Amino acid sequence: MTPPPTLSPTVSTAPDLVAGFPFPFPNPTYRYTTNVEPARGVVTTPAGQWGAAVVDVDSAYGEELAERAAILERDPSRHAVLPHMQVACWDAMLCLMRELALSRPDAFALEVLDDLEGGSRAAYRWRNDLLGIDHTFVLGDASTLPDEPLRWITAQVQEDVVLLDERDGVLWGDAGVVTFAADWSFGFDVGMSFLEIHGPVPRIHAEGVITRAHEFIKRLQPNETYRRTNWTLTVHRRLDVSTETYPEWGPDRPMVLTVDDETFGRLVHLRTEVQHLVRLPESGAVMFLIRSYMLPFDELARVEEWRERAAAVIAELPEDMADYKGIATYRDRAAAWLRAQAPTP
Amino acid sequence: MSARIDLVVTAVDDAVPGIRSLTLGSPDGERLASFTPGSHLVLDVPAGEGRPRPAANAYSLTGESVDPRHYAISVLRCAPASEGGTAGGGSAWVHGLAVGDRVTATPPRSAFAPVHLATRHLLVGAGIGITPLLSHLRSHVRWGREAELVYLFRDGHGAHVDELKELGGDRVTFLADRAGLAEDLAVRLADQPIGTHLYTCGPAGFMDAVVALATELGWPSSRVHLEPFGVEALDPGEPFSVRVAGDDRVLDVPAGTSLLEALEDAGHVVPNLCRQGVCGECRVDVAPGSSPVLHRDLFLDEETKGAGDCLMACVSRAVPAADGRAHLEVTL
Ligand code: FES
Repeated sequence: MTPPPTLSPTVSTAPDLVAGFPFPFPNPTYRYTTNVEPARGVVTTPAGQWGAAVVDVDSAYGEELAERAAILERDPSRHAVLPHMQVACWDAMLCLMRELALSRPDAFALEVLDDLEGGSRAAYRWRNDLLGIDHTFVLGDASTLPDEPLRWITAQVQEDVVLLDERDGVLWGDAGVVTFAADWSFGFDVGMSFLEIHGPVPRIHAEGVITRAHEFIKRLQPNETYRRTNWTLTVHRRLDVSTETYPEWGPDRPMVLTVDDETFGRLVHLRTEVQHLVRLPESGAVMFLIRSYMLPFDELARVEEWRERAAAVIAELPEDMADYKGIATYRDRAAAWLRAQAPTP
Repeated sequence: MSARIDLVVTAVDDAVPGIRSLTLGSPDGERLASFTPGSHLVLDVPAGEGRPRPAANAYSLTGESVDPRHYAISVLRCAPASEGGTAGGGSAWVHGLAVGDRVTATPPRSAFAPVHLATRHLLVGAGIGITPLLSHLRSHVRWGREAELVYLFRDGHGAHVDELKELGGDRVTFLADRAGLAEDLAVRLADQPIGTHLYTCGPAGFMDAVVALATELGWPSSRVHLEPFGVEALDPGEPFSVRVAGDDRVLDVPAGTSLLEALEDAGHVVPNLCRQGVCGECRVDVAPGSSPVLHRDLFLDEETKGAGDCLMACVSRAVPAADGRAHLEVTL
């Protein structure tokens, strides 16, 4: 029996989650491209807007952080840091704190308490009013933090984080906290190269998308930040659809074909990943942020442009891509369902 | 066009003959962006006084890299053409700046980062080439990584000597003559634990010697890193011609004029930054029907250069093919 989804269905209906939903289909058809653009550009949608923040905090904050904590508790392999990545983890922590403070100055603040010189270590004060944290720490001194830096800060952001080390002209996924992976496994991929991690994706190798992305990322300069989107469909509002938990969610795919239309619209979600790439300054590592947003079809269909566009893209998607995204079994019904919601004249 | 930041000169230090250390702050006194050790700024050098065109010169950042209050650079004055030298005049311009002067620059760019997987870092610098290694050493000290530094300079002409002593203590060795360096390095290079990475910066001849020694002692190239600072003036090259796809004109590129300059003079827009073959901005595609390319950049890898289908317009040239013609067909 499939366990119930861990997130409450009410979360998905909060108005800010609809208004801020990053609808992922700018074009009437979808193909893989190296679709990177400078970060922070605001995108206006028929329902609202998204894109101003690199680290986005919304009304699902508390619930998603609780979910992450529960997953890490069950499966510690979702957090891994190879020994040479410690500086990158401090770097990532500072960067995420600065981004939080930029997105929500009312709730977060990072302050440098003294200057560094001659190889010394500065003290910082970090405030997170949403979680009631007010903490002073010394850069690089692990004893001044309550947890490993990457793990501590990922308990305060909704994004998954992978840190890529660059050496010998190659990027390596050598650290991260990934609890909301869509059909992949960080525990399996850690220590692999960027090119190996993307090994199973059809088409993109032949089309050079990944090698071009790899070259592009390697050219990122300190603090430069770019973003791209990716998408899939998920049954239930379930953030953790990693390979490890397949036995839990795999059966949902055939199951959803058997439910009535009303249930189908409630269960099937369009899932957008907004991915940010940041070249971290002190370590030179690349931080890869993945934020997953989900909108149930019945909400999506209320925005006429979204309904129409999503139906067209899903219906047209080539079979190999549908297969790789894990939606081959129900994509036809998904497209038909969306089409059937067309407003009656 | 890459983004620029505005900076103001907040201090000038001329204590070492021929070398000027500049401190640059943000005009509003805010902290500046953190950078990767070994990064450089590309300063915009305006046209003027013997400089027919604006230029952009790269200088390594020597100061604090995490949440810095200012960026610091140290610049060796090289004689420009107007004084009978071969330099472009950028360093002479820096030596003429005063506290309060405004300058523009790129944000810090990284091309010489420490390798984090290294178990130990051996830094070998000569002359003004000490600058990126100073920020490496600062970072190694902060994070408790194993590092040692060897610094070769002419007596009385060493920059940052006191700072290095204070920062690195007995991890720093100062040497005054090239012969002593060869001996010292032969011992050091033979003696490093597996996993040590070597970083060197200084004049081209010096770096060549360090690399040759390392290679001889069996160091794989993946563990040897060079920062080609102050790219030396390239030879003016032979004249050639070029045609841009979609444009019928055949342009002449005389000796002493770069392909980039010739394209700009003809009204083409080519993104560019360093104009020295290091930044990678000015890449153009080379089409069939072109003569062989003399790649003189430090940006493209050997494989790409071999493929011959692109070049860096700021430094690369055509060389005569078998038919004696030196001509390029390019796509912008
Ligand atoms: S302008 Fe930098 S490589 Fe040509």
